Amino acid sequence: MRKVVLTVLSFVTVASFVLVGCASTATAAPATADTSMEEAAPAAEAPAMEEAAPATVDFPRSETLYTMGKQWGPATSWNPLQQGSYAMGTLGLCYETLFLYNPLTDEYIPWIADSGEWVDDTTYQLKIKEGVTFSDGEALTVDDVIFTLEMGKNFKSVYYSELWAWLDSIEKVDETTITLKFTNPLYQEWANYLYSIAILPQHLWEGLTEDEAVVGANQPPVGSGPYLYDSADESKVAWVRNDNWWGISGLGLNVAPKYIVDINNISNNAALGMVLQGQVDLDNNYLPGIASVINGGYGITTYYPEAPYMLSANTAWLVMNLTKAPMDDAAFRRAVSFAIKVDDIVSKDYGNIVVPANSTGLLPIWDQFVDQDVVDELGFSYDPEEAKSILAAAGYKDIDGDGFVEAPDGSTIALEIGVPNGWSDWMVAIQIISQNLKDVGINVEPVYPDYSALVAGLYGGDFDMVINNDAQMSNTVWSYYHFIFYHPIKEQMISGTGNYGRYENQEVFDLVDQLDATPISDVEGMKAIISQIQRIQLTDVPMIPLWYNGVWAQTDNTYWTNWPSSAEGAPKYVPATWNGYWNMGAVLMLTELQPVAAE
Amino acid sequence: MRRYFLRKILIYLLTFFVAVTIDWMIPRFMPGDPVMNMLAKAGSMHAEAQEVMYGYLTSSFGLDLPAWQQYLNFWKALFHGDLGISILQFPKPVFDVIKSALPFDLLLLIPSILLSYVAGNKFGAFAARSKRLDNTMLPVGYILTATPYMWLGILLGWIFAIILGIFPISGAYSYALKPAFTWTFIKSVLEHWFLPFLSLFIVQFGGWAIGMRNMIIYELEADYAHYLEALGAPRRLIRRYAYNNAQLPQLSGLALKLGVIVAGAMSTEIVFSYPGIGYLILMAIQNSDYFLLQGCFLFIIIGVLLANFIIDIVFILVDPRTRLGMQGGAS
Repeated sequence: MRKVVLTVLSFVTVASFVLVGCASTATAAPATADTSMEEAAPAAEAPAMEEAAPATVDFPRSETLYTMGKQWGPATSWNPLQQGSYAMGTLGLCYETLFLYNPLTDEYIPWIADSGEWVDDTTYQLKIKEGVTFSDGEALTVDDVIFTLEMGKNFKSVYYSELWAWLDSIEKVDETTITLKFTNPLYQEWANYLYSIAILPQHLWEGLTEDEAVVGANQPPVGSGPYLYDSADESKVAWVRNDNWWGISGLGLNVAPKYIVDINNISNNAALGMVLQGQVDLDNNYLPGIASVINGGYGITTYYPEAPYMLSANTAWLVMNLTKAPMDDAAFRRAVSFAIKVDDIVSKDYGNIVVPANSTGLLPIWDQFVDQDVVDELGFSYDPEEAKSILAAAGYKDIDGDGFVEAPDGSTIALEIGVPNGWSDWMVAIQIISQNLKDVGINVEPVYPDYSALVAGLYGGDFDMVINNDAQMSNTVWSYYHFIFYHPIKEQMISGTGNYGRYENQEVFDLVDQLDATPISDVEGMKAIISQIQRIQLTDVPMIPLWYNGVWAQTDNTYWTNWPSSAEGAPKYVPATWNGYWNMGAVLMLTELQPVAAE
Repeated sequence: MRRYFLRKILIYLLTFFVAVTIDWMIPRFMPGDPVMNMLAKAGSMHAEAQEVMYGYLTSSFGLDLPAWQQYLNFWKALFHGDLGISILQFPKPVFDVIKSALPFDLLLLIPSILLSYVAGNKFGAFAARSKRLDNTMLPVGYILTATPYMWLGILLGWIFAIILGIFPISGAYSYALKPAFTWTFIKSVLEHWFLPFLSLFIVQFGGWAIGMRNMIIYELEADYAHYLEALGAPRRLIRRYAYNNAQLPQLSGLALKLGVIVAGAMSTEIVFSYPGIGYLILMAIQNSDYFLLQGCFLFIIIGVLLANFIIDIVFILVDPRTRLGMQGGAS
């Protein structure tokens, strides 16, 4: 008897310990929530150490901008030619481009360039600023610009080597002017290159072999930008302000943070913890449930104060494999587009931090290019009855009585829709899509292969349906059509290009090429071509736009304020540290940031 | 004795060869193309250059060769101490990647394994003596040893880092510091080390304690213990004999734990974003980094074999029966 009592007693003791632990977790959280920074932090040991002895830390809190969201592993390359893998800030903080492009205002901002214009249909004249220098003191001249561009001619593996298929020659006019002669000017693409090619120092890159130039780590990097390489280790990469940056006098601007420390992405729970503790000033991770944090009094803000909270960065598309039945049937694809209830994904999966996509899939920044007449006539919206009637009209009916339709030729339809395993928001999305499609009689099962397996299937054409968002916001709507209608079709539709479903239609391919060759100033000409493309796109439905993924950006106002936001008078830049975003205006965000004065 | 060691060494060499071969094969059976993954991250609009790059990288990694050629090259490079170039951390050599992660593993795992071993065994033996303590200890021990490292890690992190704010939640040292041999840095390392250490210690402690408690009870019921008791030997002496005997299976367990030292804390490292080899393995798998994965597993293979070899020797020292058996076989 005593034994039983003791055993029970010990169980109770253990259980109560566990429960106490849980209870304090549940109740303590809201209590510390709004005071977490002001009161809790100085008491805590770790931050206290940093504050008590500012002289001994390398990156004093009040002078450092902590960012997170770009690095998925330790930084190992500072080579701006390695578009996918260079360390956070390599392009933008360290290396600079001729222009910046701000997608929110659709403006090209001369940066290294002083001006650039088309003097005739095939000649582009570029003037660069005087007094631009690299961080080693050498002047940045037109020779460096020519050298950089010609690297694409000499080395085929440089990402802008295709430029030389339609660029004929570059001529140096004087010390600050060059003219570029094009054989077949692709105005849209050229405008893109203007703000995406990093100008390299000729005196350091000259004489490198293709191997050294393209796959070398380029450490330490020497660029012309406002930051210098400071250090990098297993968990972070650090930049320090260049107080001799040419832009201070040349542009009349200066960047506020003395240091920028970018922390590698860590597990979701730890990332959220650091954001709540105010250890990250700008976090570019997707954090589930962030809407409740923003309203929770943690001092965290986002671009918009209410839903959708974030700007839109890219479109999530339902990519269908058009080489397989029944996805090769436009009527089937159209039925699918009517069957998906995107509003459910937006509200239940994302908690309204994303926006449902327009039928054309064009991002909100390109609203002016949506031909509303075409959309009114051919666009789609959630309507399961319409989906069923399209299927019935095209001959899809349930023959064997299992609740799912069979193809017109009588064969069974059993499809899979895939997203990479672990991408939790997308995993929930395809569960919703699968259910929606089953509701109209299309048998589609969600699958979650490993990322590598998924992209291998996608590029090689071995898939049924996949969600993809490879096309990011850019200066030109052409880049979206380039993505949807990428051509020519190849055995391996290699990464990032698009048209993984292998849609073939020479007519629309020609229109996309024609759009590429339309001057960016000729908005009406662009609209006319885009209207034709949209008609084909909405008739054939090669891909189905679902929702716009956000520029995930959680900004903390404890140490830095004046973040970009929709508020009146606030800076209007895209607050992202991802590759290719610094040169889309984010570097200007740094010039607008204000330190919270230390007492 | 010599024959015993020769035979052992031969077995270890054979095991090494087979294990390394499997190590080479497994990443290559994984679906996906590592170079394609690498390029996928670039998300470039310009496909032609991507294609050139794809061909270029595939051949520089030697992935365009027939499988048997890749396998031979792998052994050749291995004998030169070359583990290849990491795909994930391109263009850093795998050896350097592992070298920078290894100290964190050793720092975390050696103390947690050894301390939990000593404390767990002592406590288990102690608990086995008293019925009352045993009744309390048994359920606690079982709960602890069955606790997933991940869950305990998240719980400790939540309580000590988020709520109490005493310890940091991620990384191996403060993000405000660069590695340097200063007091501030060492203090920061210790602060970041404590929670992952604690979660490893607690779970392993439970396992050792339970194991020892069961062994002691078994040994105390053994014939020699009863015989000693009948002879009127003091309880203390009997317990010491029982403890020594009970330690033998625990020692083999310890060898295995020390063997997988480089990867033994994978889930804990992930929870606390502690940059050890466990964390590297996860990243290598996610990115189809054949070479990094191979390198990490190579370290595990070497670790396990080495630890087993050492324990073979230790057994000869601590267990007279092994020695006796060997001499009997030799004479």
